[in-house]
Amino acid sequence: MNTWIAIGATALGCYAVKLAGLLVPAGALERPLVKRLAALLPVALLAALTAQQTFAHGNALVLDARAAGLAAAAVALVLRAPFLLVVAAAVLVTAGVRAMGG
Amino acid sequence: MTSAGSGLSLLQTCALSLLVFTGASQFALVGALAAGGNPLTAAAGAFFLGVRNAFYGLRLSQLLALPRAVRPFAAQWVIDETTAVSLAQPTRRAARLGFAVTGLSLYILWNLTTLLGALGAKAIGDTDAWGLDAAGPAVFLALLAPMLKTTVERAVAGLAVVLGLGLLPVLPAGVPVLVAALAAPVALFAEGRRAGRTRDDVSTERSRTAAPDTPDDAPEEAR
Repeated sequence: MNTWIAIGATALGCYAVKLAGLLVPAGALERPLVKRLAALLPVALLAALTAQQTFAHGNALVLDARAAGLAAAAVALVLRAPFLLVVAAAVLVTAGVRAMGG
Repeated sequence: MTSAGSGLSLLQTCALSLLVFTGASQFALVGALAAGGNPLTAAAGAFFLGVRNAFYGLRLSQLLALPRAVRPFAAQWVIDETTAVSLAQPTRRAARLGFAVTGLSLYILWNLTTLLGALGAKAIGDTDAWGLDAAGPAVFLALLAPMLKTTVERAVAGLAVVLGLGLLPVLPAGVPVLVAALAAPVALFAEGRRAGRTRDDVSTERSRTAAPDTPDDAPEEAR
């Protein structure tokens, strides 16, 4: 039962914040400053998430095979590789480094 | 998969994916419950991880310009991936299409894999050995790269990385990412000040007076 309470609370809370962002009146977003801010927020969030998913292990920072994989993805991006190739490069290099014991 | 291995029933695992549908929050909730946490504390942690979706919604609502009646339905799909794909599109039509396609396919895939994962949690084995855990950050990087057009965007990204990683060991899960979001108002503030120094017409005066209130506004939202 406790688990269902937790699931219900999480579902409601997560849905509420998603909806809240969408429901902010369009008028409030007309100001150039707010527009710039709304454009920059995803940049900050995506950058932080990318870094965390690469270097985080629980609450600790680690340097493991994922870093090599992400570096491979970065190289692929610089070479203007298509999206799927970028992801494939990251996965293959990560698996390769792990197989070699990294 | 993770949740089936940590004491949730099949029904609970699937309900979680169907109703919450934001990966980080689901993992956080399951992890906290598995560690024997109080259900409401666990839900609070998961909620923190979901707060960033509000920022995405903020950006998406102006980008997609959805009719009011559609918004409650679109809201469930406001997540990292749909936002990133929508933002990468050149026109509103393409952005709407990108949002719908990404949302629908991810929703189906995510819930299907949850069901399969819950059914065969042990059969699949260690996905990390295949390097699949690197796919997530690689996708984010590929979506982020086209956004880094000017120095301001790069500065925001750099500062966000430093904040996100630096605070990770000291703050509860989900909070460092929210603090990292402050990189955006900070960069805007710095940009406003620079503009104020180089030009001195009326418009700069306005941006100078407007800029200082951003760092005050944004933390309010972050909380």
